[in-house]
Amino acid sequence: MTDDDRVFKALADPTRRHLLDQLFVRDGRTLTELESELEMTRFGVMKHLKVLEDAGLVVARRQGREKLHFLNPVPIRLIHDRWIDKYTERRVSALVDLKSELEETA
Amino acid sequence: MSAATDVDVTTTQVYRVYIKATPQAIWDAITQPEWTERYGYGGRGEYELRPGGTYIAYTSAAMREQGAPDVAIRGEVLEADPPRKLVQTWQMVMDASMEAQGATRLTYEIDELPDGTSRLTVVHDLTGAPVLAGLMRGDMEGQGAGGGWSWVLSTLKTLLETGEELGRR
Repeated sequence: MTDDDRVFKALADPTRRHLLDQLFVRDGRTLTELESELEMTRFGVMKHLKVLEDAGLVVARRQGREKLHFLNPVPIRLIHDRWIDKYTERRVSALVDLKSELEETA
Repeated sequence: MSAATDVDVTTTQVYRVYIKATPQAIWDAITQPEWTERYGYGGRGEYELRPGGTYIAYTSAAMREQGAPDVAIRGEVLEADPPRKLVQTWQMVMDASMEAQGATRLTYEIDELPDGTSRLTVVHDLTGAPVLAGLMRGDMEGQGAGGGWSWVLSTLKTLLETGEELGRR
């Protein structure tokens, strides 16, 4: 599986998107904190966090005795820059070409 | 998700990117001015790579054309362990309101992985600097203020892996 595949797979689940939303609102949370806002067993939340970590969307760091989970938006940015920007750029350059063509014929 | 007031910004931000490059190449890209000009915000970054050494990041030519002052960021190196770890203070000084946010603490960690890639982790402790936290989160990209850390690291990865300078817009 490529890095992009892992990101899309991780995002293709409402619970995992909810976990990312939770971290967006307040970053750097423990498993216990994240679990308290979900109707799910601790093991279930751990499994989802593992998928998010494998995709690079969540980074876990030890701080003192606690393991804190942080939202890492870089993988989404990479997809944005490599794919979405590519198409918007093409559309914009198409407009520029169209404009110069129209100006030449005018 | 867009309202900045909903977000607790008095906290630490963590960013991580995997790059097909050696730790030394990544270290150089962070610490050498010829490299810092080629991705992200594109200003020259000058380091005295020893504890107590100064860090100055200049604005890019494009920013100065729009009336920005010469210096964007000032800081002090706290720990320099090339090519693995760099810890520094980081204060944006482009205008009085940004400068009033105070000095933040920035850590770069570079780990070499068995598959020959490297993992770059950026930990930015933005406690007490909510405006700066929003900026580095990319909240002000729509206003032309750049996309913050995720944009910087995405353009860094692209530059090191392909030689393309996507940050130049």
